[in-house]
Amino acid sequence: MNSQDGSSERQSLDGGNKGIALDSVNDRPARHSGTERITLAHGSGGRATAELIAAVFRPRFTNPCLDRLEDGACLPRGAATDTVIATDSHVVSPLFFPGGDIGTLAVNGTVNDVAMAGGRCRYMSAAFIIEEGFAISALCRIVDSMADAARKAGVLIVAGDTKVVERGKGDGLFICTTGVGEVLTPNLPGCQFLQAGDRIILSGDIGRHGATITALRQGPALVTDLASDCAPLASLVEAMLATGAAIRCLRDPTRGGVAAVLNEWCDQAGVGIRLDETAVPVAANVAALCDLLGLDPWYLACEGRLLCACDATAVPDLLAAMRGHTEGRDACVIGEVIAAPAGLVQVTTAYGGRRLLDWRWSDPLPRIC
Amino acid sequence: MEFCGGHTHALCRFGLLDRLPVGIRLLHGPGCPVCVLPRARIDMAVRLLRDPNITLCTYGDLLRVPGSSGASLLTSKAAGGAVNLIYSPAEVLALAQAEPGRQFVFFAIGFETTTPATALLIREAQRRELHNLTVFCNHVLTLPAMHAILDSTGDPAAARLDGLIGPGHVSLITGLAGYDRLVQTCGVGVVVTGFEPLDLLQAILLLVRQVNAGRPRVENQYRRAVTTKGNAIARQLIEETFVLRPEFAWRGLGTLPESAWRIRDSLASFDAEQRFAMAPFTTPEPRGCACPDVLRGRSRPEDCPLYASVCTPERPIGACMVSPEGACAAHYLYRRHLGENHA
Repeated sequence: MNSQDGSSERQSLDGGNKGIALDSVNDRPARHSGTERITLAHGSGGRATAELIAAVFRPRFTNPCLDRLEDGACLPRGAATDTVIATDSHVVSPLFFPGGDIGTLAVNGTVNDVAMAGGRCRYMSAAFIIEEGFAISALCRIVDSMADAARKAGVLIVAGDTKVVERGKGDGLFICTTGVGEVLTPNLPGCQFLQAGDRIILSGDIGRHGATITALRQGPALVTDLASDCAPLASLVEAMLATGAAIRCLRDPTRGGVAAVLNEWCDQAGVGIRLDETAVPVAANVAALCDLLGLDPWYLACEGRLLCACDATAVPDLLAAMRGHTEGRDACVIGEVIAAPAGLVQVTTAYGGRRLLDWRWSDPLPRIC
Repeated sequence: MEFCGGHTHALCRFGLLDRLPVGIRLLHGPGCPVCVLPRARIDMAVRLLRDPNITLCTYGDLLRVPGSSGASLLTSKAAGGAVNLIYSPAEVLALAQAEPGRQFVFFAIGFETTTPATALLIREAQRRELHNLTVFCNHVLTLPAMHAILDSTGDPAAARLDGLIGPGHVSLITGLAGYDRLVQTCGVGVVVTGFEPLDLLQAILLLVRQVNAGRPRVENQYRRAVTTKGNAIARQLIEETFVLRPEFAWRGLGTLPESAWRIRDSLASFDAEQRFAMAPFTTPEPRGCACPDVLRGRSRPEDCPLYASVCTPERPIGACMVSPEGACAAHYLYRRHLGENHA
């Protein structure tokens, strides 16, 4: 972690900052009472910043690349394949939710973006934009979540940055992560190579993350048992690639949900897609929330699901590989690519009628009555 | 005709229109609160937001509706206006209590479904002696709109309806009594129904049986929720809080007598129109827009020259394209792929 960030060490802005204790005996993360808060000094690039890094970030993320504490991390040369890079900014509110927090989201989101490019994420950078007054105990919980998620995904967090903005100028905490990894062979063709007859596979039920966050934003009046599906998909993707089956492209349906991904694919490839509504799993509590608020699960974010377009002949091998994996055990074929009408995603409903699954202009808004 | 926009949405969303036998055609009614709200009322709200001490609270649907200049509550918010998206009027109470130095205006909209909740808000604000909470009242009544559509005698272009699918949630409050006069004067049967696909299919079946028997009447398919008498407590609350306006300009349907509520004079301190001296606007319908005919069942959305060309859900021109429950938006979102020959 870079504590200087181009500026010389300055005196703490609050003048009285005592810093944060680092458990120097065993170099393990220090415990915090819950009363310590982020001050502007922690973003000053001075001693307070250095202490924050030493107490909160470094012990949790420790690895040889990071521990050199240079401005940049030198990454060991990996396999002789192409490199893949993905970046993502995380601004979720609330920061903590059933099934994860902004930390798990920040690691898994980027791990998954690398995986969707057919890559295995190895290294990650993390930039924290923290609002003045943010509880350091909450920051520690989040950084613990990141360390845990990184460990599970086999990723080293090797570079980072910390900035503090004045109270009222941030939403508690924003985290930006960038993941770097190697492309697993063979390279995926990409969504522009979709062709009529290809099948669309979905790895599990849809809308859990979006429904969880939406429900929490209703406040204490709405009590649900919803939990985010936030999970790393890298090993699922590796299992799929290992089959050697003809995958055209992969995508995790985060913001905008399944509808946004499939519409984008149609536009990119100049094809249409027809889906079978009855094939798409939706958990009962997600469906109930959608009914209550007038939302549509097709548009809700998933954080642990993937969509795969593949040659029809690849379906049996891919489904077998996916269903043998925790994150893909409910994998199913939900539709196919058609030549015309191009640019449109159609759904055959449970009642046998057809509807369009259109793009949404913005966030779904609840209906009045 | 299904009166309610929620029914229009469900019919399109579940693909039910494709499954109806030949000979049954559904026209979409005006029962979408956002669609029938005149642009002038949006203009009034947008102007209110120029006051930096006012926060406007409203339901999500309303945020994107453009006024006459194209400015919506969403664009006003981006320009610095204080707009809060709420799910329940009770949230406005909490906001007003937390910030006594700031004025909170609830932009109230909807048919009988949402009117009692607004009445409760006003009553509770009165009880808590909140002097920084007012209501911009735009609540409208279902029956005057139904009569406006069905009483078009002598109008050769008027839709000849064989039956009306009555609104479910509205009837929960109103009960069924009001529909009897409609059946007697217009000779059209009414079946009140719920919002599940099977509810709608059964309502259509019941109406077909009425037509075949030549005996139009009021039937209640939605018995698990709607009673004949409705919710008397809610109606009493409405009566105690509001009084009928002599007339109200509906978007698409024109000016209808005794078709909307205003806040009673005894509660005038909670009436935003009076507190902030909100001057009425007169805003004409956009030129070329067929919404008035679509709302009356005279035209299909795709008959309008603006439909899907310059009028889309992203940049709506007509009322029916604004809310997903509007007839044009429902067609655009769910049925655009079917081309022009599917009404």
